[in-house]
Amino acid sequence: MGSSEASDVGERIRQVVREHGHLPVDVATLGDDADLFQAGMTSHASVNLMLGLEAAFDIEFPDAMLKRSVFQSVSAIAAALAQLRAAAA
Amino acid sequence: MSIAVDRDQAFLASIRRIADEVAAPNADDVDRNARFPAETVEALRAERAFSAYIPDEYGGGGVSFEAIAAACFELGRRCGASAMVFAMHQIQIAAIARHVDGAPWFEDYLRQVAREQRLVASVTSEIGTGGDIGKSIAAVRPGDDGLATFEKQAPTVSYGAYADDLLTTLRRAPDAEPGDQVVVLTHRDQFTLEQTGTWDPMGMRGTCSPGYVVRATFPIEQVLPTPFSTVGTESMVPISHILWSHLWLGISTDAFDRARAFVRASAKSRPDQLPPTATRLSQLMSELSLLRAEVSTGLRDFTEASAGDREALSTMATILRFNNLKIAASEQAPRVCQGAMSVCGIVGYKNDTPFSVGRHLRDTMSACLMVANDRIHQTNASLLLIAKEV
Repeated sequence: MGSSEASDVGERIRQVVREHGHLPVDVATLGDDADLFQAGMTSHASVNLMLGLEAAFDIEFPDAMLKRSVFQSVSAIAAALAQLRAAAA
Repeated sequence: MSIAVDRDQAFLASIRRIADEVAAPNADDVDRNARFPAETVEALRAERAFSAYIPDEYGGGGVSFEAIAAACFELGRRCGASAMVFAMHQIQIAAIARHVDGAPWFEDYLRQVAREQRLVASVTSEIGTGGDIGKSIAAVRPGDDGLATFEKQAPTVSYGAYADDLLTTLRRAPDAEPGDQVVVLTHRDQFTLEQTGTWDPMGMRGTCSPGYVVRATFPIEQVLPTPFSTVGTESMVPISHILWSHLWLGISTDAFDRARAFVRASAKSRPDQLPPTATRLSQLMSELSLLRAEVSTGLRDFTEASAGDREALSTMATILRFNNLKIAASEQAPRVCQGAMSVCGIVGYKNDTPFSVGRHLRDTMSACLMVANDRIHQTNASLLLIAKEV
């Protein structure tokens, strides 16, 4: 779990956000902790983002994780993915 | 524990008295003339019902959420419009009380409602958003001296002309995204209402809900610090669906009771024969029980979800659950009322008999429009793509 792997995950998350988040701004201009909903992600786009993440990382988010706060920022998504991987390990 | 139960019972006894003695005798006049149920609202104010859900620490009645829901049911049995005014006020109060989070202006406001029994209306819908209350066009516009302003085009504001205060959803700032919303509380001396339409609807006529352009100037502390994305998901939306469905159940229950009274009257006139309508009444009872079951499990699920980490209310499975309560109850309530009409026949259809259920049917037909079911189905369809257990 080197920092390069962590930043790689961050980049892959950003790619999914770029494809499915329908943000009015480029995700590259946002920090890891920036609020994606405040940046303009709609509830509908957030569902697409969740589906996109499930496909890209070959995981399934359990219902308890399917809430706004889990998908609020790149860092929140990275934490959720790490939690799912830890649970699977 | 028993003090809390006693308090709920005393509150509900006073609500039942108001429902029977004030709301019921005025219900037909309120409906016929599409006029505000002023007598019922005054009686509720006199019983301090407008602060019933406000916690003790702010001088409120401290009754349980279950008691507020039961009160909506009781009022709904006697006058749907009165019940809707009561329910909508409680929705705004609950949203503030549950999300006050130590904001000093809002803590003082809750004390003020308890002292003055102020009636709060909401301005959540907006022309141009396609019925999506999760988006706003109008924004909080910062001005001079810590004051801010807004101007919002509202397609309906229920009892706006009679409210002491308005709770309005707005974009946080002029450059904020449509979904980046806050709620703002303004007093009557801070807002103006310019009516933009008439009010002559099919049902729920006493709610007096024409469109308005709402304009206000207010100190910036009157913006609730908790964002609407949280207030809406954790409180305003599920609580609206629960309180509305309770009053729709109340209206439907009264329609059923009238149908039963009609069948009993027929049976008494010919005691040896089962009236032909009796079987239909039995069928209607099972329709009513379906509605009652969905409404009561909805309340139970909400109480359970609220007891723990309230963020559980923001999971997609939970959002689906309370959206479904709204859809199911809003479709079932007019079905029960129509069934009652078919039991009663012409005396149910006429507006001036003890068995009239026309008002009940018309009032409950508004249910599918209060946040259009089609829109909720769209949301649900999207959430179902990702939620696992529903």
